[in-house]
Amino acid sequence: MKLPSAAVVFLLGLALAGCYREKREFEAPPPGAAAAGAKATTVLAGGGPALEPGSVATPDRSDLDENAYAVNQGKRLFRWYNCNGCHAGGGGNMGPPLMDEKWLYGHEPADIHASIVEGRPKGMPAFGGRIPDDQVWQLVAYVRSMSGQLRKDVAPSRSDSLSGAPPENVRDNEKPVAASAAASR
Amino acid sequence: MRCRVAPALAAALAFASAVAMAQGRPTVVPGMHDALVAAGPQSGHIGALWNVILAVCAFVFCAILLGLVVALWRSGRGDATTRADVSMLARHERGSYLGVLWAVAVSTALLLAMLVASVLTDRALARLSLVDAVHVEVTAHQWWWELQYSGSPESARFTTANELHVPVGRPVVLTLKADDVIHSFWVPSLAGKKDLIPGRTTTLHLRADQAGRYRGQCAEFCGFQHAFMAFEVIADPPERFEAWMAGQRRPASEPADATTRRGQEVFLRSTCVLCHAIAGTAAAARKAPDLTHVGARTTLAAGTLPNGETEMQRWIADPQRLKPGVNMPAATLPAADLAALAAYLVSLK
Amino acid sequence: MTTARPKQPRLNSVPPTVEEIAALEGAWRDPPGVLGWLAAINHKAIGKRFIVTAFGFFVAGGLLAAAMRLQLAKPDNHLIGPDLYNQLFTMHGTTMMFLFAVPVMQAMSVYLVPLMIGSRSVAFPRMNAFAYWIFLFGGVMLYVAFALDIGPDAGWFAYVPLAGPDYSPGKRVDFWAQLITFTELSGLLEAVILVTTVFKLRAPGMTLNRIPLFVWGMLVTAFMVMFALPAVMLASTALITDRLVGTHFYNPAEGGDAILWQHLFWFFGHPEVYLIFIPGLGFMSSIIPTFARRPIFGYSAMVLSLIATAFLAFGLWVHHMFATNLPELGKSFFTAASMMIAIPSAVQIFCWIATLWTGKLVFKTPLLFVLAFFFVLVLGGMTGLMLAAVPINLQVHDTYFVVAHLHYVLIGGAVFPLFGAFYYWFPKMTGRMLSERLGRWNFWLFLIGFNVTFFPMHLLGLQGMPRRVYTYGAEMGWSGLNALASIGALTIAASMLLFVINVWRSLRSGALAGADPWGAGTLEWSTASPPPACNFAAIPVVAGRDPLWEPGAQPAHVGGLSVDSREVLITTVIEAAPETRESFPEPTVWPLISALATTVLFIGSIFTPWAIVWASVPVGIALTLWFWPRRHENAAHLALERAP
Repeated sequence: MKLPSAAVVFLLGLALAGCYREKREFEAPPPGAAAAGAKATTVLAGGGPALEPGSVATPDRSDLDENAYAVNQGKRLFRWYNCNGCHAGGGGNMGPPLMDEKWLYGHEPADIHASIVEGRPKGMPAFGGRIPDDQVWQLVAYVRSMSGQLRKDVAPSRSDSLSGAPPENVRDNEKPVAASAAASR
Repeated sequence: MRCRVAPALAAALAFASAVAMAQGRPTVVPGMHDALVAAGPQSGHIGALWNVILAVCAFVFCAILLGLVVALWRSGRGDATTRADVSMLARHERGSYLGVLWAVAVSTALLLAMLVASVLTDRALARLSLVDAVHVEVTAHQWWWELQYSGSPESARFTTANELHVPVGRPVVLTLKADDVIHSFWVPSLAGKKDLIPGRTTTLHLRADQAGRYRGQCAEFCGFQHAFMAFEVIADPPERFEAWMAGQRRPASEPADATTRRGQEVFLRSTCVLCHAIAGTAAAARKAPDLTHVGARTTLAAGTLPNGETEMQRWIADPQRLKPGVNMPAATLPAADLAALAAYLVSLK
Repeated sequence: MTTARPKQPRLNSVPPTVEEIAALEGAWRDPPGVLGWLAAINHKAIGKRFIVTAFGFFVAGGLLAAAMRLQLAKPDNHLIGPDLYNQLFTMHGTTMMFLFAVPVMQAMSVYLVPLMIGSRSVAFPRMNAFAYWIFLFGGVMLYVAFALDIGPDAGWFAYVPLAGPDYSPGKRVDFWAQLITFTELSGLLEAVILVTTVFKLRAPGMTLNRIPLFVWGMLVTAFMVMFALPAVMLASTALITDRLVGTHFYNPAEGGDAILWQHLFWFFGHPEVYLIFIPGLGFMSSIIPTFARRPIFGYSAMVLSLIATAFLAFGLWVHHMFATNLPELGKSFFTAASMMIAIPSAVQIFCWIATLWTGKLVFKTPLLFVLAFFFVLVLGGMTGLMLAAVPINLQVHDTYFVVAHLHYVLIGGAVFPLFGAFYYWFPKMTGRMLSERLGRWNFWLFLIGFNVTFFPMHLLGLQGMPRRVYTYGAEMGWSGLNALASIGALTIAASMLLFVINVWRSLRSGALAGADPWGAGTLEWSTASPPPACNFAAIPVVAGRDPLWEPGAQPAHVGGLSVDSREVLITTVIEAAPETRESFPEPTVWPLISALATTVLFIGSIFTPWAIVWASVPVGIALTLWFWPRRHENAAHLALERAP
């Protein structure tokens, strides 16, 4: 009876994975929980000084990597907040491509979170204090899906728009490698 | 068993009520929202057809029930041992035959009459005069309504949200588009509904013949907050309408005091500008309702809340509590900033 | 090389002897034990479990509805949030439409049709079992998904783009779409079985002109199934590929169309409600003659009405799309068709009234449920005519007016007759009578509760309350009617509880029913209650529409069929003249195993397209082993062949 029990374990695993994948989280972060504000860069969306950094430590929500709803929200926010303006649909333009294997500042969720919140040299604005932290984590999850880092059942499928690249859930996993800023130019 | 169930049920109900009241949504005073109260020719035509068809259907229903009742009354009684009567297999049942024939003939005639009435009403709906019409482009989003009034010249265009002002007695041509999923524009007191379908552009014509406030609501399931995607149609006398249009074309009023000035600063430096626009400031994003004249609207959040400073604060502080699943994130602002922001937005009349 | 001469088969005589009857029982019985239960292919066994399973889904769907009504009982209620509420109404609609309404009708016909036409079996008994297992596994999959928070939440109709990949992330809608695949496969197979059974397995002398109206109804329904279900299978498959591999069927930006979904879905969806309604008409035509003590008036008109309804049903689907921007004149054609379909239904209603008028009425519970039809369905039909008119539709579409209408026609037109059918045929299926007293309580609570629940919804719709809203504001003035509807829902629940209690008690200690407790006229009442495994000790020869009321000339039964094996008489399509004999298969677990393999394929393909490739292998193996000829069966069949 080995095959049936393996199948049961497999199905149970799928099922439990499904539990978290499908959760729709609507709770708001606590008030004052903005991520730490801008540090070194001078380019800020909006043009004014950043707000006071929040007093509450922001949690690590890299678990959103496994939540299809969060990744889908991240995809929407990527469009709404005009990340496409520099990164195009992941292919890169003024900003580096996000679909490939080269990561200038790290590919882990915490690294991408820092890139979005603190900004990066040569033009990545610091969105800390401007984009709420839970949305930043959603964007982090989506960005990771662009290079196929997420599980296929969590990554989003095609969007209801003109299609450029293949849907995120059929992209190959681009094994991340660290790249230097000089090499990327 | 019964003794334990009733108190438990009462406690559960009490708890639910308490929870509901604690998070209570402040009551909006709705505009007229009734398909049988017509305030314009479109809903008027439909109401007239409704009366005709209701009368015919009521007559037919009563006639059939009467036939059944008479049949039950006049038929014999028997039981399982009563011998089944198969004698009619050898003869023609004239009475039943004629009865069924006449009933079918009358039914067919009535159906034809209703069909004709329906087509004539359709025709009347299509023949609304569009002379001197106001043109508005309605784009439905999850879960709010974007309204763009056309203008001549083009610079006279303006965008507002969730509150459609129309002049009494003039036709309105609504061009309907959807940004994400299928929605449906329905203001029952003025007209029938029309779906807004992504990838398609459709139109709806209506006219309000009486001044007043009319409520509309999205009528095609569109996701989490389909239940709270309402809008208002405010029919103004012509002069008031023109004054409203002129006001809407102006950029947002400048903040008059320190609080509202601080509120504007907060607006421009927070998440708000990533989605909302206020004409006359640097905020020009089109992903969320245009806030240029939000202070003048009667409701907030697509008819969910009445407009006021307290409600504005409550909404901005935690939209998810009032409309779980909505696309607006909670503000992570300190209390003073939040109050100033609300004061500023409410001042944008 | 000579083999031993096969044993000469025993053939039945007329009248059959006791030994022959015992041998027949042995030949047609399903094996005992758990394995026997899993391997069962007797149509009565499959039919009973099919009915019980469908009824189980009915109760589940009802509980979902009760939860919804509890949430809507008060304005601004926080009992259930929008996410769960969306799942609830999606599950309720999906359960009732795909897992209860059509399957229960097919289940009833699987049980009853062979008995009514004088056959020992359905046409493809193993495929019948396979269809049941597929149905069961699909339903279980859906409910397991719901329990794990992967239940669908885009409505039972799953309009795109909301149900598309961009606005329904995760796998929820995929489970819904795959449920469609399960239930439509099951439905299509059942339809094929039904048509073949009705056309080829009738008792000699039962010309098409003499088959019971219920059998006509199921025949017509089966044809409709074969034309309607492929549309939704196609639509849901296109949705799955959109969501899984990024096709653009429903993506307007890349040349697809959101309206394509609506056309495909409603081309199925409108006939679907007639798939539910027409069997209900069949129940009516079975119960009324028995309880009016006379054959139905206007048999030919009734048959033609059924056929006309089936054809017309395929020409109405756009009336679900009147609010879209399809051309207005085109919409008016669908108004005409939607009104026209009332005519054949009216013919049926008037013929029934004529039958009741000129009969001798027996007021038992089945007749009560039948009489409720006239009130409930006709009211629903009237609101249907209102909805058929485009201008009115544009006001009340997608409001609670439609919720009221659909429940009036479906519950009035199908569920009330179905309960009448339960009370009518329960004695046949179990050998025991249901309690009349509990039956009346069940009936009146159901009727009153139903009207209290759904009549106010007409008014709510006219007052502007849209469908699929998880709550509403106190300021809208909808609170009173909603509270009333919720009370009615609890009343319906109470009536269902009474039904379950009635069944439970009757199974244990109900009055013994004889072969024909109601004095009915159709063939199923000529055999014992419950029927023996072989249905009839000898296949009857039929000379009229109500064989038990019109005994025919000699000979009355068929002789010469084998009593040692499952031999079935095949007759011609129209005249039911004996044509040939066929040996039917023995019980086997391969339908179950094939269904399991198919389930793995279907569920796997929710997650990866490669499942279609890899999971086809076990399916292929299972099917091959299913059909592999068995030596001893072949030998037995050969022994039955006669030299010319």
